[in-house]
Amino acid sequence: MPDTTAGSVAAQPAGSPAVPRVPAPRRRPAGTVYRGREGMWSWVLHRITGTAIYFFLLVHILDTALVRLSPSAYNAVIDTYKTPIMGLGETALVAAIVLHAFNGLRIILVDFWSFATRHQRALFWVVVALWVVTMAGFVPEQFAHVFGGAS
Amino acid sequence: MTTETVEAPRSARTARRSTNWEKWGWIFMRASGVVLIVLIFGHLFVNLVAGDGVHAIDFAFVAGKWAAPFWQWWDFAMLVLALIHGSNGMRTIVNDYANNPLLRRVLKGALLVSTIVLIVLGTLVIFTFDPCPTGGDPALLPSFCGAQ
Repeated sequence: MPDTTAGSVAAQPAGSPAVPRVPAPRRRPAGTVYRGREGMWSWVLHRITGTAIYFFLLVHILDTALVRLSPSAYNAVIDTYKTPIMGLGETALVAAIVLHAFNGLRIILVDFWSFATRHQRALFWVVVALWVVTMAGFVPEQFAHVFGGAS
Repeated sequence: MTTETVEAPRSARTARRSTNWEKWGWIFMRASGVVLIVLIFGHLFVNLVAGDGVHAIDFAFVAGKWAAPFWQWWDFAMLVLALIHGSNGMRTIVNDYANNPLLRRVLKGALLVSTIVLIVLGTLVIFTFDPCPTGGDPALLPSFCGAQ
C-alpha cells in the first residue's frame, strides 16, 4: 500500500520528478461528521443562536435590574421593547431560542441513544419541522400583540 | 540497612485522581439545557404570548409576578442556569477560535467576571425587590400597594 502521508513525502529528496505526490484534496469533502450537510449546519446554527441568545441574556438581566432602581426607569426601558422593530427582534430571539432548544434535545439524543446517532441527519429535519410548527404558533400571536394596536 | 522494600504494585504511582471538570461541564450543559427549555418556554409564554404579550410588561407586571415566591425562584433558577450554560458555551467557542493565549485568557476572564457579577446582581434584584417603593409614582405601582 503506497504511503502518501505528508511525513513520508517530506522525507523524499526535494525536486525529484519521481516523488509521489499527496493527492489533491477533494473539492467537496464528504463522509465525515462535520463536513457539510445537516450535521455541520446544525452545529453552526447551534453556535450562532447560542451566541446571540447569550448577548441578549446579558442585556436582559441588566434591563430587568432597573426594577430595583425605580418604576419609571424600568418602564421607560421596557417600553422600547414594545416598538415594532423590537417586536421583530423578539420574534428573531424566540426563533433562535426555539431552534437552540430543539437542536439541544437532538444533541442529547445523539449522545445517549445509538438510534439517534445513526439518524442524526433525519433528526435535524425533525428539529426544523418542530421549529416551523412552534413558530407558526408564536409568530401570529406576537405580531397581533406588536402590530395589532393593543396597548 | 539501606534495603528498600518496594510494595506491590511495583510501578510508578498512577496520576492522582482529580475532578474531571470538562466531564462535569459536559453533563451540566445537557442537564441545565433540559431544565432551561421548561423554564424559558414558560417564561416566554407568560411574558410574550399570554394576555397582551409584551405590551402587558411594566413595573407593576414584574411586581405582581415577584409577589409570589414561585416566580422569584423560577427567575432565579433561570438566571443562574442560563448564565452558566451560556458562559460555558461561550468558553467553548473562545477555546475554539481564540488562538492567541493572552486573548484567550482575557476573553475567558471577562466571561467569568461578567457571569459572577450578573448572578450576584440578578439574585439581589430578585430577592431584595420592593414592589411598593416609597416615592414611586402611585400610577406605576401594582394595585396591591394602595392597600398598605
